[in-house]
Amino acid sequence: MSRTLKKRRWGEKAIESLLFVCALTAVVAIVLMTILIFKEGLPIFSSYGFTKFIFGTTWAPTAADPQFGILPMILTTFIVTVLSIVIAVPLAIGCAIFLSEMAEARIAAVLRRAIELLAGIPSVIFGYFALMTIVPAIRQVFNVQGLSVLAGGIILAIMILPTIITISETALRAVPKDFKDASLALGATHWQTIYKVLVPAAKSGIITSIVLGIGRAIGETMAVMLVMGNIPVIASTILNPARTLTVNVIMDMSYATPGGQIYSALFGTAIVLFVFIMLLNLTIQMITRKAVKQNG
Amino acid sequence: MANKQRDKVRKQEKFFKGLIYASAAITVIIVISIIGYILIMGLPNVTSEFLTENVTSLGRTGGIFPIIINTLYLIGLGLLFSVPISVMAAIYLTEYAKKGRLVDFIKLCTENLAGIPSVIFGLFGFLLFGRIFGLGWSLLNGSITVAIVIMPTLIRTTQEALITVPDSFREGSLALGATKWKTIYKVVLPSAMSGIFSGVALSMGRIIGETAALYLTLGSGTKLVSDVMQSARSLALHLYILVSEGLSPGNAYATAAVLIIVILILNLSASLFTYRMKKKLGMDK
Repeated sequence: MSRTLKKRRWGEKAIESLLFVCALTAVVAIVLMTILIFKEGLPIFSSYGFTKFIFGTTWAPTAADPQFGILPMILTTFIVTVLSIVIAVPLAIGCAIFLSEMAEARIAAVLRRAIELLAGIPSVIFGYFALMTIVPAIRQVFNVQGLSVLAGGIILAIMILPTIITISETALRAVPKDFKDASLALGATHWQTIYKVLVPAAKSGIITSIVLGIGRAIGETMAVMLVMGNIPVIASTILNPARTLTVNVIMDMSYATPGGQIYSALFGTAIVLFVFIMLLNLTIQMITRKAVKQNG
Repeated sequence: MANKQRDKVRKQEKFFKGLIYASAAITVIIVISIIGYILIMGLPNVTSEFLTENVTSLGRTGGIFPIIINTLYLIGLGLLFSVPISVMAAIYLTEYAKKGRLVDFIKLCTENLAGIPSVIFGLFGFLLFGRIFGLGWSLLNGSITVAIVIMPTLIRTTQEALITVPDSFREGSLALGATKWKTIYKVVLPSAMSGIFSGVALSMGRIIGETAALYLTLGSGTKLVSDVMQSARSLALHLYILVSEGLSPGNAYATAAVLIIVILILNLSASLFTYRMKKKLGMDK
């Protein structure tokens, strides 16, 4: 009897250890990812110079005197992200308020299904759709070539809608019902209650959703690669083509020789991207922790 | 005077509510136009020859048969590598983990992994599996890389499914003398199965839609693979290559339409599984 018990206990322990090892996979993946990308990318900082790499404005990896300045890509990533947020946030918060406050069940179900579908559409389809519709529209309206930062901003805005809507809606729903009741009882209208009570109370969740949206916009590659023209210069207006960090990482990879300077510059670009994403992730975790602390 | 003010408030109320309705309507219209556009432009080109023929002259002509099959291989292998590990990780995190620094760190890493752009996953696969392990651009490399890409989704959905299983189920089994693992294996997991399946369906969607990570790991072979070390293309990657190189618009639209239809089917099955799980646990309204 005690022998089977002992065996059983041993078996339980073995299973727990196995499960623990599986749980560690994510940690191993992140750590390895960081080490490998830094190992391949750091040489460009020493061989070309940190300041020249980050603040250089010329990217000409195959020129006789090769230049590896990625400032245009950093600025483009920043601009296209801001643009997408400016377009997406009002629309997304509107949808979140609609879902949490106003929709009848049947209409809400339609919108929910639409958002779920939107979240599932592959980025290459977004890129293709934008290339065939948004780019020609921009070409006609503004009389420019069409492939542009604006096209990238619009399609990114559409792509990040589901993230912002879903998380903002959850945040709005989490506001205690007393808040709303008290405001309505004081004579505020429904809209005044939404605007002055519910949205401020759900602030940290809404900000989290926006930061997550920013992360998705910064990380997107294929869709922007198809519609932005990918020229490595600082665009003078949003109607001009430009290249993001993600696109810079992937574009020249096929002919970069491992260990060479171009190769290292591409991984150096990836380091900058990686650091941006990690900073955003940390911001989200800080906001969440603060909100948890405040609400107990 | 008071009336005037009331009128103003009422107008304001109407105006802002109108904006809210408009944003909901715009969102629905956007989704319908994207899906509608792709289907309308693509479906007429989706013929039975297109679905059953080989790719010829890099996709300019011919069909997508080998690409569909290779995509299925990619999905199968990706899930094979990822599902067991992710489900076990989720079981550890929800059922076993006690509060502590290490567990917090594991959770932090899992969350961070979810936020990493696919191009970074691609570089990782390219470096670790492609160069260090010598897999190069191959089906095997692509599958392992997407297996890591879908891990955070699978872990999160499995955790959510496990959490919805009422504690009374566990207590009942433990009280009958079952060990903790036996309880999980025989009671908790079967109750959470629909939720886990919905996570698997979502992950299949991610594998099918993935492009950037595969661009750097799977390669661009157009032939039906006969072993895992050969390079291949998934549907999404094929579409990307057709579009970016301006090859055959007809075939590009048709490929996009096939891709959208597969995604729609997966989406529906994911929500079906979620619905069944809720129904099983008596949570449907």
